[in-house]
Formats: sequence, structure tokens, C-alpha cells
Amino acid sequence: MTNKAASDLSLSRVFVMTLKRDLLLAYRRRNDLVSPLVFFLMVATLFPLGVSPEPQFLSEVAAGVVWVAALLSTLLSMDSLFRSDFDDGSLEQMLLSPQPMALLVVAKVCAHWMISGLPLTIMSPLLAVMLFLPSEGLSALVLTLLIGTPTLSLIGAIGAGLTVGLRKGGVLITLLVLPLYIPVLIFGTGAVQAATGGLPIAGYLAILGAILALGIVLAPLAIAAALKISVSN
Amino acid sequence: MAKSWKMPKWFYQLGSPRWFYDISSRLLPWFVIAAVVLLTVGMVWGLAFAPADYQQGNSFRIIYIHVPAAVLAQSCYILMAIAGAISLVWKMKVADMVAKSCAPIGATIAVLALVTGAIWGKPTWGAWWVWDARLTSMLILLFLYIGVYTLHTTIENDISAGQAGAVLSLVGLVNIPIIKYSVEWWNTLHQPATFTVLEKPSMPAEMWIPLAIMVLGFYCFFAVSLMLRTRVEILHREKRAGWVQQMIEEQ
Repeated sequence: MTNKAASDLSLSRVFVMTLKRDLLLAYRRRNDLVSPLVFFLMVATLFPLGVSPEPQFLSEVAAGVVWVAALLSTLLSMDSLFRSDFDDGSLEQMLLSPQPMALLVVAKVCAHWMISGLPLTIMSPLLAVMLFLPSEGLSALVLTLLIGTPTLSLIGAIGAGLTVGLRKGGVLITLLVLPLYIPVLIFGTGAVQAATGGLPIAGYLAILGAILALGIVLAPLAIAAALKISVSN
Repeated sequence: MAKSWKMPKWFYQLGSPRWFYDISSRLLPWFVIAAVVLLTVGMVWGLAFAPADYQQGNSFRIIYIHVPAAVLAQSCYILMAIAGAISLVWKMKVADMVAKSCAPIGATIAVLALVTGAIWGKPTWGAWWVWDARLTSMLILLFLYIGVYTLHTTIENDISAGQAGAVLSLVGLVNIPIIKYSVEWWNTLHQPATFTVLEKPSMPAEMWIPLAIMVLGFYCFFAVSLMLRTRVEILHREKRAGWVQQMIEEQ
């Protein structure tokens, strides 16, 4: 009877419920929320210290530094995406539930983006100012991060799904996922550099959007398959 | 009545480790002979008798190692992804073992292509490494191979390791054209046009025939090493099967 009731839930309602659950869980562990953001800030601080504090030089590399820092801090938070669900068995329950796993996975990735990618995007103008990014590039940076970080979360979730059953998954994710992040990085920084040079950026944004669209369609299937493999192990 | 669609019989036979083991032990000597003959002929012809390039002199001769390795590294990835897809869909044991054996071979060949490329780059461009589109995409291919290989070795359960590796190589397969395209675009935006040397010039026949022989030889060599690795993998995983036990007792 309860089974019948569970399978009657509409897909959109399941999506919203999973999203709310994940956001609530994230809110209860606020420390985990803040550390990728602090990491983001710190990586960006290391560049002026380690390379050169010259405004001229920094304004040239600012776009790349902010993007690389965003990419690394997304990776840092990726390992925890399925970890606690795997440990307490909720992941198995999700796989057994009548709802399609791909949908639940999209909700989880969406929640992950809202607590990692979105704050990063909001924080990025601060870093851009610290690194003397020319003001023409500022809106391009925020826009590309807004379109690019969901893709990073989607691709990273594939790696997280594949490694969730392993004890030392964290390092392995980096190895699996970083090569797949390269196109997003190239088009993201390319757009910012084009904007600072006064060139149109619509083409870059269109490609980033196309990659995101492809990711939303295909990545959930791969993530669901990866989770099934990890759980059955 | 709904008609069930079936694959041809040989396709299912391929899935039997024993059948693969038998057929590969019959094919193996031929591939070894072909690889040795082709590689020797191609190497001697290419390195000693082919005419020197009018611009690059004798340093161009490394092309006879570099190009076959680069071509093979890419085909090996495609084979690995296809074998992985087959093992995911049809649960074929042999496809899984082939996919697993592809990863270390492919990684080695990608390293060979990169190293020969660097050695060739030094006299031609005056630098061991340039951030050119082709070099970078080959480097990324190597990273993908390393990822798949690490996944295979880290997950202890053979079956899950195979499935996980297959998923990753399929994701990589979707991504490779995107990476290639993005890297090429990134390159043309940032690099001056001095590196068009990489574009294939139209070669005279005395130059490209040994090259074609070397490419074929590399493929035969790849077939040999893939078969050897897969056969070891078969023996390892099927060690409890009757036919393996029997074969060991006979020896």
C-alpha cells in the first residue's frame, strides 16, 4: 500500500522533495558549506603571493585564476555529494525507489550547485576586483561562471558516483574528472578574455550553454549508472 | 507476435572466454609474424632509405614512430570505449577483459607519441613542448587513459571495476570531440601561425609508403599485445573453469 502511494508521487514533486532534503542536510552542516568558499578565496590569494603582485600582470591572469580556483573548489566539495547517503544507506533506498534514479540525481546535483557553484559565482566579483580584472570582463566572468559551474557539478557527479564506494575516493575523483573539465575552462576564460578585449562573447556563452544542455541530458544517466555500479559492489 | 531481434551467432561466440582463447591462440602467431615483418620493413625503409625532408633534413624520420603511435593511441581509446559499451549492454565477459587490457596499452602508446613528439619538436620548433592543440589533446587523452586504468586497479571487484571503467571511457568518448574542438579553437586564438608545420604536407610516395607500413605494423603489434593481455586476464578470471584447469593439468 505504501509502495503504491510512493509510486503515485509525481516526478516534479519527487524532484522538489529531494532538492529540499539535500538543501536542509547541507544547511545542518554549515561548516562543510563554507570550506569550499574559503578555499576558493585562498587559492586566489596564493597567486599574487606566489607569482607577482603587479596589477598589470594580475589583470591579465585574473580570469584564468578565478576559473581555476572555482574549478578546484567545486572538485573539493564533490566527494561529499553522495558520501553521506552512501554511508547511511539512503543511496540504496533511492536506487530501490520506483522513481527514476536519473531524476533524483539531477535534484541532488542541482542542490549541490546551489550550495557550491552559485555562491562561488556570487563571490567571483570580489575576487575579480582583488585581482584587478578590467571592469569590462566582470559581467562576462559572472555569466560564464553561472552557466559553467552547473556543468562542473554534473561532470563531477559522474566521478563522485564512480568513486563513492571507495575509501580513498577523493584523490581519484580529481584524476577522473579534471580532464573532462577542460572544455568548460577554455570557453569560460576565453569569454572573459574576449570581453576585456572588447569582443562579443555571445558565441562562447552559446557553446557553454550547449555543453550544459548536453550535460543535463546525458550526465544524469551516467551518474545513475555509476551509482548503481558502486552500490552493487 | 513481436519479433525478437537477435545479433548474429558469432557475436555471442565472441563473448565466450574459451572460444576467444582458442581463436586467439590460432591467430596470435600470424599477427606476431605480420608485426615483426611490417615493423622491420617499415623501420629499415623509413629510417635508412626514405629520402630526407628538404626542410627538416633527417630529423623528420621520427615521423615513422610518432605518427603510428599517435594514430594508434586514438583508435585504442575508441576500441576501449566500444568494448566497454558492449560489456555494459550485453554483459560480455570478453569485452570487459578487452576493455581492461586496452587501458595500459593505450596509455603506454600515448606516452610514446608524446615523447617522440617532444623529441621531434626540439629540432623543429626549438622547444620540447609547445601548447599546441594536438599536443594538448594527446596529453588529455593520456590523462583519460590513466583515469580509466586507475579505476580498474582501485576497485577490487573485477565486475564493478569493468563497469565503472566502461562508464568512464564512454563519458570520455562523448567528451573527446568537445575537448579536441575546444583545444583547437583555444590554440588558434592564442598561438601564432608558426605551427602549421604540423599540417600534413603532401608527401612523395617513397615517404608515405613506409609510413603506411609502420602504421599497419603498429596495429598488428597492438593486436598481439592486446591478445596476450586478454589471454592472461581470461586465465586469471576463469581459473576455476573446467577447461582452464584441464589445460593446466595437461601442461
